[in-house]
Amino acid sequence: MLITCPYCGPRDVIEFTYQGDGNRERPQPASQDLDAWNAYVYNRLNPAGDHNEIWQHSGGCRAHLRVVRNTLTHEISSVAFARGDHKSVARHKTEGKS
Amino acid sequence: MVERQSPLEPAPLEPELRTGSHGDFEHGVDVILSETRPRSILQLAAWPGQEKELISGIRTVTGLALPDGAGAGSTDGVKSVFGFAPGKFTVVDEAEGLGSAFANVVTPAIGTVTDLSHGRTAIRIAGPKAEWVLAKFFAIDFALPAFPVGAGRSTMHHDVFAQIQRTGADQFDIYVFRSFARSFWKALCHASEEVGYEVQ
Ligand SMILES: [Zn+2]
Repeated sequence: MLITCPYCGPRDVIEFTYQGDGNRERPQPASQDLDAWNAYVYNRLNPAGDHNEIWQHSGGCRAHLRVVRNTLTHEISSVAFARGDHKSVARHKTEGKS
Repeated sequence: MVERQSPLEPAPLEPELRTGSHGDFEHGVDVILSETRPRSILQLAAWPGQEKELISGIRTVTGLALPDGAGAGSTDGVKSVFGFAPGKFTVVDEAEGLGSAFANVVTPAIGTVTDLSHGRTAIRIAGPKAEWVLAKFFAIDFALPAFPVGAGRSTMHHDVFAQIQRTGADQFDIYVFRSFARSFWKALCHASEEVGYEVQ
């Protein structure tokens, strides 16, 4: 599997570290909304298809990336820097997220 | 300045680390390995939006102009610079004291200067088979059009993080963590055996 880092270009997956589901929404640190924390910690969409993910190019430029990967085919349809407005990129591609 | 000791001094049972020709060199030496021992190795990082200021600061201090683009860089044989990550650059000088030269140029509003001179070891591989030997280590494209002279790449070999700058058509400078340098150097020697290599 190759991930095309926006800085480094196409690299083998061994250079990258998976940083988890990119759909999670972290509550404010002071939040006492237990449902929101429960959802953040435990709830995953687990789609069979396009999935928003966070990866770090730990064996390269070390940038954090927002990746859309198809869980059935491993096809990667988009890669962008996670820095900045992280919610706007590719979020719509995962179905079932309200 | 503290006198620096190379991590690559050969031990008695490591003849392949000694200067001279090694491996299959009867048909010629196709790769030359050396430790370049630059006195200054710096990592410069710009805050978001300050990249242009940092690049112009690098030009002020080193006289080197950075071409546009990810991983772009340049070298004049004494000083070298290349991008290794968004807004981050490695700057190298044969002379020591480069860190203090940047102190008044890269202000806290622009970014940070980190002196890695004692933390990295610079290994040069040169010769007609340099590309070929490195291609056995790293899964990146070493062909000249994809990896032009001056450009830098961040990658790794078996979890040994490496920054590679092409400093000539058939010459590459590899920066590795000092603690990994000895093992990396020996691996490089072994990979170079079949093409014949000389340690300088
Ligand atoms: Zn990268």
